[in-house]
Amino acid sequence: MSEEQIRNLETQFEERIARDEKIEPKDWMPEKYRKTHIRQISQHAHSEVVGMLPEGNWITRAPSLRRKVALLAKVQDEAGHGLYLYSACETLGISRDELYEQLHSGKAKYSSIFNYPTVTWADMGAIGWLVDGAAIINQVPLCNTSFGPYARAMVRVCKEESFHQRQGYEIMIKLMNGTQEQKDMAQDALNRWWWPSLMMLGPTDAESVHTEQSMKWKLKRKSNDDLRQQFIDQTVPQAELIGLVIPDPDLKWNEERGSYDFGEINWDEFWQVVKGHGPMNKERMKARVGAWEGGEWVRDAAMAYSEKQQERKEKQSASLKKEVS
Amino acid sequence: MNQNLYQYILGIADNSLILGQRMGALTGHGPSLETDIACTNISLDLFGQVRSYYQYAAKIAGDKRTEDDIAMLRPEREYVNVLLVEQPDTDFAYTMARQFLFDIYHFLFLTELQKSKDLTLSAIANKSIKEVSYHQRFSSDWIKRLGDGTEESHKRMQTAIDDLWRYTDELFHQTEADKAMVAEGIGVDVTTLKDTYYEKVAEVLEASTLEVPESKYFQKGGKQGVHTEHMGYILAELQYMQRAYPNMEW
Repeated sequence: MSEEQIRNLETQFEERIARDEKIEPKDWMPEKYRKTHIRQISQHAHSEVVGMLPEGNWITRAPSLRRKVALLAKVQDEAGHGLYLYSACETLGISRDELYEQLHSGKAKYSSIFNYPTVTWADMGAIGWLVDGAAIINQVPLCNTSFGPYARAMVRVCKEESFHQRQGYEIMIKLMNGTQEQKDMAQDALNRWWWPSLMMLGPTDAESVHTEQSMKWKLKRKSNDDLRQQFIDQTVPQAELIGLVIPDPDLKWNEERGSYDFGEINWDEFWQVVKGHGPMNKERMKARVGAWEGGEWVRDAAMAYSEKQQERKEKQSASLKKEVS
Repeated sequence: MNQNLYQYILGIADNSLILGQRMGALTGHGPSLETDIACTNISLDLFGQVRSYYQYAAKIAGDKRTEDDIAMLRPEREYVNVLLVEQPDTDFAYTMARQFLFDIYHFLFLTELQKSKDLTLSAIANKSIKEVSYHQRFSSDWIKRLGDGTEESHKRMQTAIDDLWRYTDELFHQTEADKAMVAEGIGVDVTTLKDTYYEKVAEVLEASTLEVPESKYFQKGGKQGVHTEHMGYILAELQYMQRAYPNMEW
C-alpha cells in the first residue's frame, strides 16, 4: 500500500469515529489504534483479575453467610469481567497467554489500588463503595468508546460494577449503624482507601501522557482531573450521609465552582506504587504467577486429553467409514 | 424442638458448609480463569444450600439462634461434616478428587432426599440436585482430563484418589439421629447408596485410566464431631469475625 493510500484509510477511519461509528475487529485500523487498545483493554482485564485478590482475601472470613455469598459472587463477577475483556483484547490479534506473560513479567500494568492490603472486613465495604465507584466513573464513558467489542463489554461491566458499588456502600451503612467498634472500623477503612481511590483516576492532566490521542478515539472522554472532581463531588455527600468523615482537612465546598476543593494528593506515593513498590505489589504478582505456574500441569493435561479425544473420534469415524464401504 | 431432625439437618448442611469454605478459598487462585469461575460457582451453590438448611434448622430450634450462629458459633466437636470435605487443597488433583468423591455421593443422596416426608427438606433437595448434577459433571470431567491427560497429571490424580479413598466409607455411616429420621420417612438410608456409589465412582475412574484403590482401611469420626487436624484452622477463619466481634450485625 502506498503512503497516500494509508493516509486515505486513516482519514476515513478518523471520520468513522467522528461519526460515532463502531470499529470492529476485522475493520482496518491504524497500528497505533490497535496497540493502544491492546494496552488499555488488557490493563483493564489485568486489573479485574488482580483485583480478585484483595477481596478474595476475606471470603473465608466474611462475617455472615449472606455477606460471604455476596462477596463470592462479586469476586466471581470480576473474574467474568476479566474473561470478556481478555476476549475483547484477543480480537485485536494477541493471545491470552501473551497477555498473561506481559502481566507476569511486569510489562503490563494493572490498577495500582489493588496493591494495598485489605486488613479488616470494612475494607470490603470501602473497596465496593470507593474503588468500584471510581471505576464506574472511569468506565461509564467507555460504553460509547469507538472500539465495538470494548464498548459492548463495558456496558455489561458497568451494570455489574454499579451493583457492587451499592453493595459496598451498604456494608458501610451497616457498620455505621452498628457498635462503636464497627463505626471505627468503617472510618479506618475510609481513611486508608480515600486517597488511593483519588489516585485511581490517574495522574493530573499535566502529567498524563496518553490523553489527547485517547480523547480522539473516544477511549477517554473526560480528563483525569475532571473525573476525579466528579468522583469527589459524588462521594462526599454519601460519606456525610452515614456519618463518615473524609480524611482531608482541606476539603471544602466551593460555592462558586459548585464543587468541592480538596487537598494535595501525595503523588510520590502514587508513583512509588505504580513503579512496583506499593505495600502489596510483590504479593499480588506472586499470587498471580503462582496460580499460573502452579496450574500449568493442569492446563497441559486438559490439552493432552482433548487431543486424545480428538484422535479417538477420528479413528472411530475412519473405522465407521470402512465398515460402510 | 425435634432434636433428631435438627441434628439430621446439620449432618447434611455441615458437609456443604465446609466444602463450600474450602472451594471459596481457592477463588482467584485457579489454574485458569474458567476453572476459577467454576469453582467459585460450586462454592456459591453450596453456601446457598447451607443457608436454606440452617434457616430451617434455626426455625426448628425455635430460639433466637440464626443461620449464622449455627454456621459460625459452634465448637469444633459439634460440627458433624464428614472428614472428606475438610481435606486440604494439596493440589488441583486433590481439589477435584475431593469434589468428585463427594459429588457422586451428594447426587445419590439428594435424589433420595427429594422423597422425604419433610416437605422443606424435599424442596431443598429438589432445588439443590440441579446444581449438584452440574458439580458432578464438572468434577467427573476433571477426573477424566487429569487421569487420562499427561503422565504427570495421571500420577497426581491417582495419588489424590488413593489418599482420599480412606474418607469415602464414612459417607455411608449412620448416626443415631440419621436412624431415627430414616425410621420416620424423613431421612435417607445412606447404607443403601453404598454399592451404587462405588460402582459409579469406579466407572469414572476406569474411564479415566485410573485404578480403583483396593484399600479397606477407612477413617471416620466427622459425623461424631471428631475431625482431622485441618478442621480447627478452617473454623478459625470461618468463625473469626463472629468470635472477634460477638453480637453484631453485618
